[in-house]
Amino acid sequence: MANVISDETIEYVGILAKLELSGAEKENAKQDMEKMLDYIDTLNELDTAGIEPMSHVFPVNNVFREDVVTNGDGHEAALANAPKQKNNSFEVPKTIG
Amino acid sequence: MDIFQLTAVELGQKIKKKEISVVEAVQKFMERIEAIEQDVNSFVTIDKEGALAQAEAVQKQIDAGELTGPLAGVPVAVKDNLCIEGQLTTCSSKILGNFKPTFTSEAVLNLQRAGAVIVGKTNMDEFAMGSTTETSYFGPTKNPHNLAHVPGGSSGGSCAAVVAGEVPYALGSDTGGSIRQPSSFCGVVGIKPTYGTVSRYGLIAYGSSLDQIGPIAKDVTDCATILEAIASHDEKDSTSVLREDYDFTAALKDDVKGMKIGIPKDYFGEGLDAEVKAAIQKAVEVLERKGAIVETFDLGLVKYAIPAYYVIASAEASSNLERFDGVKYGYRTEEYDGLHNMYKKSRSEGFGAEVKRRIMLGSFVLSSGYYDAYYLKALRTKALIKAEFDKAFAKYDVIIGPAAPTTAPELGKSLSDPLKMYLGDIYTISLNLAGLPGMSVPVGTDSKGLPIGMQIIGDCFQEKKMIRAAYTYECATNKEHETIAAMSRKEA
Repeated sequence: MANVISDETIEYVGILAKLELSGAEKENAKQDMEKMLDYIDTLNELDTAGIEPMSHVFPVNNVFREDVVTNGDGHEAALANAPKQKNNSFEVPKTIG
Repeated sequence: MDIFQLTAVELGQKIKKKEISVVEAVQKFMERIEAIEQDVNSFVTIDKEGALAQAEAVQKQIDAGELTGPLAGVPVAVKDNLCIEGQLTTCSSKILGNFKPTFTSEAVLNLQRAGAVIVGKTNMDEFAMGSTTETSYFGPTKNPHNLAHVPGGSSGGSCAAVVAGEVPYALGSDTGGSIRQPSSFCGVVGIKPTYGTVSRYGLIAYGSSLDQIGPIAKDVTDCATILEAIASHDEKDSTSVLREDYDFTAALKDDVKGMKIGIPKDYFGEGLDAEVKAAIQKAVEVLERKGAIVETFDLGLVKYAIPAYYVIASAEASSNLERFDGVKYGYRTEEYDGLHNMYKKSRSEGFGAEVKRRIMLGSFVLSSGYYDAYYLKALRTKALIKAEFDKAFAKYDVIIGPAAPTTAPELGKSLSDPLKMYLGDIYTISLNLAGLPGMSVPVGTDSKGLPIGMQIIGDCFQEKKMIRAAYTYECATNKEHETIAAMSRKEA
């Protein structure tokens, strides 16, 4: 069955993705997604009942180590990449009214 | 012989024997880069000054007997998604256009410990999303064999730089074929190791469960040598695997007697270019004459690998790329109204079309109501695909097929139909889902003179079998398909 992506869905996915798409971009995104989902739906031909989802090929275990500081104070180098900084901190727009 | 025709190991030997100094070698490659880079556009950053400084330091260490390995003093280029402290690392994206990491990736550190001299950072599809290197914010890389064609992608800059003779070898990364497909299109040797073999620490993540770093070079000996240098168990990467073997060069043996090679029928069906098919079949016959036992078989589930991959890779990408928000590093939009508007505008202006497409798809398949139907379904499919390979490797030492269904397409012909472009990954993508190692080896050219690559696939942790088959093929054919591009257009 052909997938139909509504304006509301694209709006909602845009919020999740933190992307602001223009009108033309939204139309393209709808078409792209419909086409891709139609293609992805071929997976429904496969019977996967009882198959465990495999997130990693090898067993992944938590890797623990002692919590010992090995790096020095890198705040100057880290802040050097910030688009805006103030008082030794990243500067962001006001978040609390 | 010109220096840029030497393999990395051959150049390392010349440096060791003092036939050439490290500084001289770096200068020669810089001259080559300066002569042809405007045609090829392999690099995002060329660090001439830094490379010459490294060369002097490395030469001193060689002279003092502190650096004795095969790669000591040999120049290298690194894909621009691998962090190097203080050096521009852009992922070929506007959003990271001014990013200078505060640390160096483990794979690059391993190369530096081996005495490598890093000459620059190579161009790629933006965030490694693409198969042509055309989604780069810094313009496409051209295929050095024919400048009207793409080099493949996403490690297109690394492969083009090697085959153009701009560097003896390079590092790439492979999430769905991004080392093997451009290696095939450019006529170089490229290895994607078993997942977990090379630390991903400092590799800017695309699809974390699929990404692997690997070598790109002129021949099999180089690739085995480089892999030996970059592979390591690293506690900074929780998916790093402690392997039983790291001595990949031990597999450089001209011998496939009794080796069982499986040829998946599904890799030779509809969609495969006739010239590519013929070249791969001829190459397999070479191995058969050398004593390998060749058998065709049904691999199964091949057509489900691409849809499963695009769900998983897009899902992981949408999560991994959340960090680019205009706060800590990279691009921030000029004007905004509040925090959320700043995030959205910075990301929308900073990311290119293909990256946005995958973030949108990934956000959708992970969203409530669709997670089970798409994301978990894809992970279940992945389990089935892995089981198919397990069955095959119970019978065969290696599996051989094409790396890509065609040779390199012309520039500008791929991006308008993304789904069609994705289908070009059909032979490479399932290895990433199953964690398997794979490599591309040049086996010929088509009637237009564009290279054709044979893909050799190994079981997990069986790189050595793969390398042995590739090396044997190379010996039998006298490396006739491993020539660097003439780049004659410039001189003509």
